[in-house]
Amino acid sequence: MTFFFQMLITGVVVGSIYALVALGFVLIYKASDALNFANGEFVLIGSYICLMLVTIYKIPFVIAFILTLVFNALLGMAVERVVLRPLINAPVISVIMATIGLSSLLAGVVHMIWGHQTKSFPPIFSSELIQFWGIIISPVYLWSFFIVLFLLGVFTIFFKKSKMGLAMRAVADDQMAALSMGISVKSVYAITWGIAALVAAVGGVLLGNINGVDASMATIGLTVLPVVILGGLDSIPGAIVGGFIIGILQSLSVGYLQPILGGGIKEVIPFIVVIIILMIKPYGLFGKGGIERV
Amino acid sequence: MKNPFVMESGNYKTSYTKDMALYRNPRVKRRMLIIVILLFLIPLFASNYVIGLATLCAIAVIGAIGLNILTGFTGQISVGVGAFLAVGGYTSAIFTTTYGLSFWISLPLAGLITAIIGGLFGIPSLRLKGLYLAIATLAAQVIILWVIGNWESVTGGGSGMVLERPSIGGFSFYDQNSYYYLCLVVAVLTTIYALNLFRTRTGRAFLAVRDRDVAAQIMGINLFSYKVMSFAISSFIVGIAGALLAHYTMIVTVELYSIQVSIQYLAMILVGGLGSVFGAILGAVFITLLPVGLGYMVEYLTMFIPDAYSLLSSFREFVFGLVLILFLVFEPGGLVNIWNNIKNYFKLWPFSTKE
Repeated sequence: MTFFFQMLITGVVVGSIYALVALGFVLIYKASDALNFANGEFVLIGSYICLMLVTIYKIPFVIAFILTLVFNALLGMAVERVVLRPLINAPVISVIMATIGLSSLLAGVVHMIWGHQTKSFPPIFSSELIQFWGIIISPVYLWSFFIVLFLLGVFTIFFKKSKMGLAMRAVADDQMAALSMGISVKSVYAITWGIAALVAAVGGVLLGNINGVDASMATIGLTVLPVVILGGLDSIPGAIVGGFIIGILQSLSVGYLQPILGGGIKEVIPFIVVIIILMIKPYGLFGKGGIERV
Repeated sequence: MKNPFVMESGNYKTSYTKDMALYRNPRVKRRMLIIVILLFLIPLFASNYVIGLATLCAIAVIGAIGLNILTGFTGQISVGVGAFLAVGGYTSAIFTTTYGLSFWISLPLAGLITAIIGGLFGIPSLRLKGLYLAIATLAAQVIILWVIGNWESVTGGGSGMVLERPSIGGFSFYDQNSYYYLCLVVAVLTTIYALNLFRTRTGRAFLAVRDRDVAAQIMGINLFSYKVMSFAISSFIVGIAGALLAHYTMIVTVELYSIQVSIQYLAMILVGGLGSVFGAILGAVFITLLPVGLGYMVEYLTMFIPDAYSLLSSFREFVFGLVLILFLVFEPGGLVNIWNNIKNYFKLWPFSTKE
């Protein structure tokens, strides 16, 4: 039973990071109907920048973290301006391929600058393990979990109360109507991409602290795709619930299915779940299907 | 003989049959014939390395046409081509190596089995659209590769399988030239098939589904069967390409068919031109030769930057992404559009101006 809870807790922590990165996907999808395949690279860049600031320039972690967030937000806005803005009203496949191209381009830059070796963060959180009723938790996990919860709370309030948040929801709801009410759709797009990249950077720094930083981190961009599809592409609660479900399922499958079915099950299980869910609910658990007119 | 490279000055069509014809006029037919003959003459003057590249291009052309039928013509985005190539390659490997069947039987079998699996993963396409479908095909990619990688008794697991070049009677396709001819013949046949497909009811139905599937359904097109059919036809061709590729490289492992391969094929049809057979050909050749060209460029750069080679793979990634974005932003019609613009310029020359 302890084993089960151990796996469960690992799943919850990883799931919370998934939820965070998935939030970035959903924001972009809601605002601009595009799926950002380069999100994994945003995560990667965020963690490398923070690592570089901490190890090479010896900046205290908290300041480095904030600088990373600023950098990534600017990067997100730049990407929106240069790559996505010209593709407004382009077919879905063009937008998908543009973000795929972007991910390849960013990955190329990252590999050219930082190479392929795994680098680890200097210990920032204490490495003393905490024990609850026989379940061992590392403080990094605990910190990640609370940071993620905090951020999810902040974003919920941001979307409910702040003027910008309301504007973003309005644009997501009906672009035309929002435009006619005097909302600048362009700036909403830019800020959406900025926030998505910023959120990805948080995910990147946390993941970097847990597993070390290397090029393979970008695969989280692919792992999070099932999360958003499971929750429904246009639903923020869906992203959060989906993140936890996928995280827990992955962790449990590593514990129980891997010995039977062989390696790699961790990467596959989310996609199997997605196929099943899509068969039953084509728009995910919380997603809204539109009405189609001919 | 009339000069086949003289351009016609306009369209003069008096019947639907003429409008639907495979070749607009006899000159085009002769022109195509000359180009195909030239392609067959490549081995006479090219080195083995060039012929190898040409073979890879021919195989990529087959796969890209297959994918274009699904994504370009029917509008169903598929991010799972890599896995379908793998299914084709592995099927052929299993039939020829484990069961000792002849290549000539295992090649169509590879196509058929890929078609069945493709059709199976096409079933969700009835309810899924756009991004959701793209992710479903991505799921297909991940699941299929995982099954192949873990089904050790049949596929050899992580170590992969070894294949042989085909032979007929006493003649073996072992050397570069003969295998090039084989691939070229299949590529030409695929091209002709795809061009003809879109002159039939089935092909027209695919186009209708792409343009507006609800409207197509109202006009009496059975969405389910046509979508699944599109998946099956496309997968069949991709499976053939996979088998040819496997017998060319003579080894199949899971790593050869990663998601990167799927992305490359999507890039081929996008850079070439969605919904155009000729575009798929141009795109396939372009994307296949791009890394080679970059290799030469980096080799040249080593004169100035000694360790440029260590950056080669990252540089390729970078340029690949850059090319994709530049095409999408500046020329969404792809290479085929550029080609048509050039052609139109000369068609009206000297009256064509910049504006």
